Amino acid sequence: MTSPTSSSSISAADVIKVARLARLDIDDAQVEHFTEQLAKVLEHFTDVDALDLSDVQPMTQAYPLANVLRQDVEQPCLDRDEVLAAAPQAQDGRFRVPTINGEA
Amino acid sequence: MASLPTTAADIAAAVSSGTVTASEVLEKHLAAIAARETDVHAFNLITADAARQHAARIDADVADGKPVGALAGVPLALKDNMCTRGIETTCSSRILEGWKPPYDATVVQRLRDAGAIMVGKTNLDEFAMGSSTENSAFGPTKNPLDLSRVPGGSSGGSAAAVAAGFSAVSLGSDTGGSIRQPAALCGVVGVKPTYGLVSRYGLVAFASSLDQIGPFATTVHDAALVTEVIAGHDLMDSTSIPQPAPNLRSAVGQGVARMRIGRVTDLPGGAEPEVMKRLDDAFEALAAAGAEIVDVTLPSIEYALTAYYLIAPAEASSNLARYDGVRYGLRAPASEVNAMYGATRAAGFGDEVKRRIMLGTYALSAGYFDAYYGKALKVRRLIADDFDRAYTQVDAIITPTSPMVAFAFGDKVEDPMAMYLCDVYTIPSNLAGHPAMSVPFGTGAHKLPVGIQIMAPALGEVPMFRVAGALESAARGLK
Amino acid sequence: MSDMLLHNGWELVVGLEVHVELATKTKLFSGSPNRFGDEPNTNIDPVTLGLPGALPVLNQHAVELAMRIGIALNCTVQPSTFHRKNYFYPDMPKAYQISQYDQPLNVDGFLMLPGEVRIGVERAHLEEDTGKSTHIGGATGRIHGSEYSLIDFNRAGVPLVEIVSRPDIRTSEQARQYVTELRAILLAVGASDAKMEEGSMRVDANVSVRKPGDELGTRCEIKNVNSVRAVGRAIDYEARRQIDMLENGDRVRQETRHWDDGEGRTHTLRVKEDADDYRYFLEPDLVPLAPSAEWVQSIKDNMPPLPAARRARLSAITGASQESEAVIVIVERGQDDYIHAVVAAGGDASKALVFVQQAFADETAQPRVPAKDIATLTVMERDGKITSTQSKTLLAEIVANGGGDAVALAAAKGFEALDNSAAEKMVDDVIAAQPEAWAKYCAGEEKAMGALVGAIMKLSQGKADGKVVTAIFNARRNA
Ligand SMILES: [Mg+2]
Ligand SMILES: [Zn+2]
Repeated sequence: MTSPTSSSSISAADVIKVARLARLDIDDAQVEHFTEQLAKVLEHFTDVDALDLSDVQPMTQAYPLANVLRQDVEQPCLDRDEVLAAAPQAQDGRFRVPTINGEA
Repeated sequence: MASLPTTAADIAAAVSSGTVTASEVLEKHLAAIAARETDVHAFNLITADAARQHAARIDADVADGKPVGALAGVPLALKDNMCTRGIETTCSSRILEGWKPPYDATVVQRLRDAGAIMVGKTNLDEFAMGSSTENSAFGPTKNPLDLSRVPGGSSGGSAAAVAAGFSAVSLGSDTGGSIRQPAALCGVVGVKPTYGLVSRYGLVAFASSLDQIGPFATTVHDAALVTEVIAGHDLMDSTSIPQPAPNLRSAVGQGVARMRIGRVTDLPGGAEPEVMKRLDDAFEALAAAGAEIVDVTLPSIEYALTAYYLIAPAEASSNLARYDGVRYGLRAPASEVNAMYGATRAAGFGDEVKRRIMLGTYALSAGYFDAYYGKALKVRRLIADDFDRAYTQVDAIITPTSPMVAFAFGDKVEDPMAMYLCDVYTIPSNLAGHPAMSVPFGTGAHKLPVGIQIMAPALGEVPMFRVAGALESAARGLK
Repeated sequence: MSDMLLHNGWELVVGLEVHVELATKTKLFSGSPNRFGDEPNTNIDPVTLGLPGALPVLNQHAVELAMRIGIALNCTVQPSTFHRKNYFYPDMPKAYQISQYDQPLNVDGFLMLPGEVRIGVERAHLEEDTGKSTHIGGATGRIHGSEYSLIDFNRAGVPLVEIVSRPDIRTSEQARQYVTELRAILLAVGASDAKMEEGSMRVDANVSVRKPGDELGTRCEIKNVNSVRAVGRAIDYEARRQIDMLENGDRVRQETRHWDDGEGRTHTLRVKEDADDYRYFLEPDLVPLAPSAEWVQSIKDNMPPLPAARRARLSAITGASQESEAVIVIVERGQDDYIHAVVAAGGDASKALVFVQQAFADETAQPRVPAKDIATLTVMERDGKITSTQSKTLLAEIVANGGGDAVALAAAKGFEALDNSAAEKMVDDVIAAQPEAWAKYCAGEEKAMGALVGAIMKLSQGKADGKVVTAIFNARRNA
């Protein structure tokens, strides 16, 4: 199996799909703008494709710790009124949002 | 007024002993803010009233003979991406404008307990994404040394506040150089501790595996003092190293005799010649102080920038997904929830933040993960391995902090890659999780300050501060 | 539909995903209470709400309960990690769920069903629950047609274990047995209260059909299956729907379907799309969870006995089958220890089983009646000191009073069973008094026995033992 390379450049269709995934409305001019700029950044990644990384373990922690745990002890809660006062819209002690049509 | 102490250590000593009051010290700094803040724009918010009340409390405690902390009466500026209970915390973003956190960051708690007095929340590149503070939704901060130039970023406001005398010390956060680079450009000391040395609880996340909080100060000793106050284990942060804060102040005066200092022979090029000249001066000074200069290679750091600009945006795309208009912050009107998300985030985020969210989402998405994010993590390992090898030969490594001195507004903001190159020397330490700091070391082009970066292995803060102290001493004799 | 093969030779293939809320005091990653039924948005903290700067810290007790589940399901407990599953939904505060992905805590177990049927358990992993949305407006209270939704985050962050079976289930009856047995295990190990009606145990069924020997068919995931009964009904309905489609030459579409218990049918919730791109990556705010061998062993050493072992023990002592309703029910209620206590107090085991099953049906805990009081009553009935009718009366009174001496109570009520010679005399009297009924009975009309026994009960004022009397009538007839 060959490892995927980053040589194929990002397309406008990719940008539209990514904007949808990221819930970021962008207009046609921005699609073009982002396609161009992201391609420029990703272009640099082709250097990395030259490296043989097959035996390299990905580094996923900046400092090696494991099994960090807390006791199952109750801590004070936030004040509901204070929290809801900061919400864009609240009702009946809850956060209100517009109707949910698209499913998660 | 002229007799008032200026460093944090001197202020705390004088306030604790009652020779000066916290209120006097505070008024001097508020006066400096009143005189120049309109030009500099270091702050998103100035908390003068609360600061005056806090100073009065400390003065009362001193008068009553009650114990006060290690930073008693020290005016402090806080980057506006650290949560302060009941005090607006914006990350210089429209999406969080007006948000008052219902809790304090761990560092805020520790600084308050030590008696530091917060004078305000400082400006930054939106969500700490940038190297010039031009990406703030609330307008750029200017370099106090030359108002036509940037202070660096993303912690530009915190660097400028200390450089302008608005506060004795400040805190910034450093994901790819965001403390060290503005420290260099503003001519102050800036420290990025070992990943996990300072709690991130209450620091608004940019890239979780890279973010670290650290201080700005006018002296290496002050930087050591503030680091000691904020460092040490915190149960609220799973990545916090379970160790007490190290004793750093005692390291500052120890000198560098018999220390081995690394010179990177394959350092990425592109730095201004005046900057490279100062690096030579630094090696000369350290050698003169008794250090041994040893050549080391870090062959993989030429890929550091590329790896960083995938890893950081990938984490950021996830960290910034919570700004959805449901629980806090901005909401754009819409009749359906997904439309609300899209409109809210389009209206609330600036261009650079959007660019990184897009890049990070792309790098993590199905079909691209292995080609981009997965590979970037492997490159990260190569870089850490390079450092591990080098640190078998040396105790610390020095490089320039920034390839260039403070640049003019607008110079790089239209070209993301040019801006990203500002961080070429600072990013490797973030990827490795290692401590690094910048110490002012003479001037370069336009008589603007140059910073020398000192890097050390994980938890190598003590040797790092020894080198910093030696460079600080040597800098006084520079022409 | 309990045959292995459905009509026309279709085979049903089912895998179950069961989410259970763990019985911890606090959330999986923060200290706000894990409590059902509180006022909305009162059990919230910065982590639960996904506030900027908040960081998760793993709950040790949740890990231990998850290990208990894994061990009870014969899984291997292994080093594990947490990932972020990124998606936007209003009840998902951070816009990502922290869940175990490619390295779950428990893998490769199994669960035994009656008749030595072994159902594989692929994994049992830790993850956090979401908040709760209520859809307001519109006719149905469902999402579609609603005007807006209200979100309560009390449930957000509650620890869940997701138990994923292998597709080894072949009948809806097996699915019901699997859920019932799993629930019994969860209760036995104290991991969850496993209340399907309150949502602390939630079942999703992956259903497909195929011809035996064929590859797996396209599956549909059925959600909202809220009772053991619904598990069977939903699977039966869905299997029929898929078979009908395939026999009509249609294809089954991979989708998520919703079980409507009122209508008794499933309907499309959403079709699987490419848009389901969760961009999983390792959660940088957490560190690996790698339980040591000693830790796992200490959990194993402290495991309570599991339902299967408890049923075997109860069966051995009472003589009732392990699969009898009484044994299953008593173990499910956790009252088997009580029966062992009654027996230890000298009671009759098989009568104790019946008494406890009848008298303590409303409880799911140890009865609060002293075991010796029940023991005395069982012995009195077994030895014929009182009739079964009388013992029922006494049992009800003892339970109502929280205890009581059956001997004294029986004496006070004048209860006594007739001895055999008295019973035989009465039988002869009744035969003499009711020759017609006796003749019918002798001619083989078993119904006539009712009149004869009724007459005895009237004569003895209920003191006669029905079984004994019946035996005497039989003996007379056969003589
Ligand atoms: Mg699932
Ligand atoms: Zn799940």
